[in-house]
Amino acid sequence: MADGTSIPIGVMPPARSAARGGRSTMKRLAQQRSTTAFLLCLPLILLVAAFVVYPAFYAIYLSLLNKKMTGFVGLGNFAFLLKRHTFQLVIFQSCLFAVTAVVFKALLGFILAHLMHNLAGKNQRIWRGLLLVPWVIPLALSTLTWWWMFDPSYSAFNWILNALGFQSVPWLGVGWIARVCTITVNIWFGTPFFMIMYLAALKSVPEQLYEAAAIDGAGPIQKLFFVTLPMMRNIIAITVLFSLIVTFADFDIVRILTSGGPQDMTHVFATYAFQIGIQSGDIPLGAADSLFMFPILAFAAFFVLRGVTQRTKEIAA
Amino acid sequence: MSATTLGTAHARHIARRHSLHRQRQWALWGSYAALTVFVVIFLAPPFYTVMTSLKSSAEISAEQGNPWIVHHPTLANFWYLITYPNFQTYYLNSAIVTVLTVVISMTISVLAAFSLARMGFWGSQTLSTSVFLTYLVPPSLLFLPLFQIVGWIHLINSYWCLVLLYPTLAVPFCTWIMIGYFSSIPKELDEAALIDGAGYLQILWKIFIPVAMPGIIAATIFAFTVAWGQFLYPLAYLYTSNQMVLTVGIVSDLIRGDVFQWGKIMAANLLASLPPIIIYACLMDYYVAGLTAGATKG
Repeated sequence: MADGTSIPIGVMPPARSAARGGRSTMKRLAQQRSTTAFLLCLPLILLVAAFVVYPAFYAIYLSLLNKKMTGFVGLGNFAFLLKRHTFQLVIFQSCLFAVTAVVFKALLGFILAHLMHNLAGKNQRIWRGLLLVPWVIPLALSTLTWWWMFDPSYSAFNWILNALGFQSVPWLGVGWIARVCTITVNIWFGTPFFMIMYLAALKSVPEQLYEAAAIDGAGPIQKLFFVTLPMMRNIIAITVLFSLIVTFADFDIVRILTSGGPQDMTHVFATYAFQIGIQSGDIPLGAADSLFMFPILAFAAFFVLRGVTQRTKEIAA
Repeated sequence: MSATTLGTAHARHIARRHSLHRQRQWALWGSYAALTVFVVIFLAPPFYTVMTSLKSSAEISAEQGNPWIVHHPTLANFWYLITYPNFQTYYLNSAIVTVLTVVISMTISVLAAFSLARMGFWGSQTLSTSVFLTYLVPPSLLFLPLFQIVGWIHLINSYWCLVLLYPTLAVPFCTWIMIGYFSSIPKELDEAALIDGAGYLQILWKIFIPVAMPGIIAATIFAFTVAWGQFLYPLAYLYTSNQMVLTVGIVSDLIRGDVFQWGKIMAANLLASLPPIIIYACLMDYYVAGLTAGATKG
């Protein structure tokens, strides 16, 4: 008994002081730890602050200036743009370009992922590799090839049309055809990305769900609508919204294929901003044009972020 | 009696399995047929690039016969480009810009991801979210204010401005995937190392980087892809051929007025696409895994 009490007495005080000392060293360690953590993030913070956050605010300031950047014009640039017929075309074409291209990319990607899913592992890798080629080549370079294929005189496509007995088509010379051409190139480039995203999602759907559905007598279409699509909903949403951002802000395709022509019918926000900002030297007006993209991008970004957080929680659960 | 019913049931079962098997077989052949059509369509432009690059200027300007096939193949275009000083400069500039971008981006994002995934500090959660939002900012949104900023620091018409700006495009996504990979490493591993007296940088260098190698490869490929293929920034900020990189160099050098040297353009196109194609061919699995695990791009 005496031993029983003496031992704790003999041990407790140093233990308590050790604990107290431990707490303060722990606190110091934690402080040190968060300082180190902050220092490790500092390059990232500086980079983003200097070349993303600051330019974003500077863009707003720029857009309020006159062409020579000597005086404020308030919202004059925005009002000027909105009244211009060319800019109305730009808004229309940007939306048409982004929405049509994303819908087709999503559909084709979905079909391709399903076809690919039927193949066995090793074959699947080879076919997937082949179909990823459009996405691997830098877009600016592959668009050059498309430009050459759309050439009016001796082009790849017109030769086929002529061989089949049709008239040559002035691919990039007529407004609506040129619009379709730019969208086609974007679909060609972006579909493989949708395919791999959907393929990964398809692989994560548990096989038992399909077996259970089959036992309940579900056909292929019912399986698609009641098993596959609900299971992939989140990935589909993230991919579509993400692609909407990238497609909406696309520059390379339109710049190389048409430079906005014919009659400014294929201009999108990015190429128009380049034309007025860099080529005509009216940087404030170009900045204002770019800023018109912002609401749509922010809207899509908000939902992408929500989808990604949801998905992280799902994976963690 | 019972034996015969059993027998027919068995036969029916076999027949059903047989038909299921046949159905699968048909689905497989159908998939192959459809995929073949898709592959032919999707690979037509690269195929046409290769064919044109093998044609002589005379063959292209003759406008005779099937343009999809080369009649008198020649390597003259490739030889012209390899010995053409401007093209060598573009290739070298692209390589310098890309290597530096990859090194800078990976250093920044690995350090930040380690801190955000493991250490944390006041506001680190907000920072992770803003990193992801930064990733969603497209280059075409900010290139005009950046034009002014690049002018202030006297880097207009110098490829060093690309070394400075490309990391802003690569770092957010690289950090994002690295956070994912680092978070998946069991906490016991670094706790054990901490108890053994290792410092944080030691833990990062000796444990996290080796274990998260697949993520590092994926992020490196992403940074490479961005730096090699970007078109808007070099087009807006560079204008003399000694500073140009491949993407703009090919467009502005080989297209002079209305004279299109298509054979040379396509050969240059092919030579410039070679590094990404080789890298993807070797490391595609890592990249696809990183991409589908982390987030999205396309």
